[in-house]
Amino acid sequence: MRNAFAKQITELAQRDERVVLLSGDIGNRLFDDLKAKCPDRFFNCGVAEANMVGVAAGMAMSGLRPICYTITPFITYRCMEQIRVDVCYHHQPVIIVGTGAGLSYASLGATHHSCEEMGMLRLLPGLAVVAPADAMEVRAALKAALKQNNPVYIRIGKKGEPVVHQTEPNLEIGKAIPLRDGTDVCLLSAGNMLPAAVETADRLAKEGVSARVVSFHTIKPLDEATLKDAFGNFKLVVTMEEHSILGGLGGSVAEWISAQAPAKARLLRCGTPDEFLHETAEQEDAREHFGLTPAAMAARIKAALG
Amino acid sequence: MSDANPDLIARQLRFKLIQMSHAASTPHLASALSCVDILVAAYWNVLRIDATRPTDAARDRFILSKGHAATALYATLAERGFFPKDWLESFGKFRAPLAEQPAPNCAPGVELATGSLGHGLPVGVGMAMAARIQKQDYRVFVCMSDGECNEGTVWEAAMFAPAQKLERLTVIVDYNKWQATGRSNEIMALEPLRDKWAAFGWDAHDVDGHDITAVTRLLKNVAPGRPTAIIAHTVKGKGVSFMQDDNNWHYRTPKPEEVETARKELGLA
Repeated sequence: MRNAFAKQITELAQRDERVVLLSGDIGNRLFDDLKAKCPDRFFNCGVAEANMVGVAAGMAMSGLRPICYTITPFITYRCMEQIRVDVCYHHQPVIIVGTGAGLSYASLGATHHSCEEMGMLRLLPGLAVVAPADAMEVRAALKAALKQNNPVYIRIGKKGEPVVHQTEPNLEIGKAIPLRDGTDVCLLSAGNMLPAAVETADRLAKEGVSARVVSFHTIKPLDEATLKDAFGNFKLVVTMEEHSILGGLGGSVAEWISAQAPAKARLLRCGTPDEFLHETAEQEDAREHFGLTPAAMAARIKAALG
Repeated sequence: MSDANPDLIARQLRFKLIQMSHAASTPHLASALSCVDILVAAYWNVLRIDATRPTDAARDRFILSKGHAATALYATLAERGFFPKDWLESFGKFRAPLAEQPAPNCAPGVELATGSLGHGLPVGVGMAMAARIQKQDYRVFVCMSDGECNEGTVWEAAMFAPAQKLERLTVIVDYNKWQATGRSNEIMALEPLRDKWAAFGWDAHDVDGHDITAVTRLLKNVAPGRPTAIIAHTVKGKGVSFMQDDNNWHYRTPKPEEVETARKELGLA
């Protein structure tokens, strides 16, 4: 996803002179092509993320379209107030990109995990929160974000994740992308969980359970039409995310459904619990620890279906 | 008001701030009084601005980062014709354009919603970088309080701006020696303040922040390849004997008889 981001941002910067990339001293060599092609629109802002977000807001107020990029916890938790005041209160079209989101950097320890940031950020008025599923969606999400006149947060993974979409999908912020049809359960996947969601559906199929799979890439604004369909036509709706079950996709859907008329479907939230990961773990180990593997999720779904 | 008499302009502005604080029962009067001469120097002598075109892309930007002193900015902008002076009369009232601290786009000429300290300088750095990217020659001025220099983002931006060689960026620290609840140099080790900015790579100067001529001269300063930092030594509550250097006036609001005494002390009819 990182490489897709770098390639897409380079393309966009060449087409649109307003595009400026601000990096928090990461992406060693990742942006060499951008630096060569648009040398006056790439800035390494150092390990000073709060300043970087303020700088981006000042640029946006002056007519530019800045994109802030660094490791997720540092561009979110650390500068929450700058995102809130400088960007959102002033309603500036800054794009904030967190890389290594969720458990992507599991091995670096909980300082580098981000399983709470979507819940924090989606409370900020006017900020869209987007979690693309693969490299294709990263490219499409960036293009879509640049068309918005409001701020957008995009969380992406690391490099080398499986690509689910054969071609770049038509991604509209706030409109989920259906991937596979099914009749019994509806799997709503946010971000890099999509390959696991597809594999979960495969496992369920072998046991006679038909699963619809949706890339629910936008946590805010919620795609209510897709949610209405899911809760009206399936026995079970499952949210999947490398994020706490509080506040992220699962939390958002739980809030939404609580304000609807009684629905046919129940909600099952697959995500991380309300705790830090203290184990030494690679990303796959961390998913296993939290029950986010296809085998574990398929088992939970079977149990929930009764 | 005559452009020829900045001292009179400053005294009239000070009295307006005292009236506004009294009428709306709003605090931070002493903080507003301390930066009046800086605003007069900037808005009457230096800034390239046109009140009829407040969003002109080529305008100079002035950010009052110490948003708690907003009355000083409002009175200045009204006096310079950015909006009608009667807006000052509804200051602080429900749904009035001018709040205790400025909201985004609340009034022509207000560049940034401030109030949370430490935001003006990073945003100003972004505006100055945008000017260079867009080949504009406008300048950016950020006026901060000394208490504001407690904030980490100030020093993040202070390290970043010289690395970017932002010579069209100027910081003015309204160094009135007090913050909300104590002496600023006792709460945090601010001193040596000018040397700190100089060590960070700024063209840094001390000045008497109530000497409009001297402040004007420094505001016009552009040092090749370096941003400018002006440490403006000021007196909190400047202009009124019973407010000067008395930190109670960070929060206190003047009574009717105090407004009247202040008017006399300021030499106004």
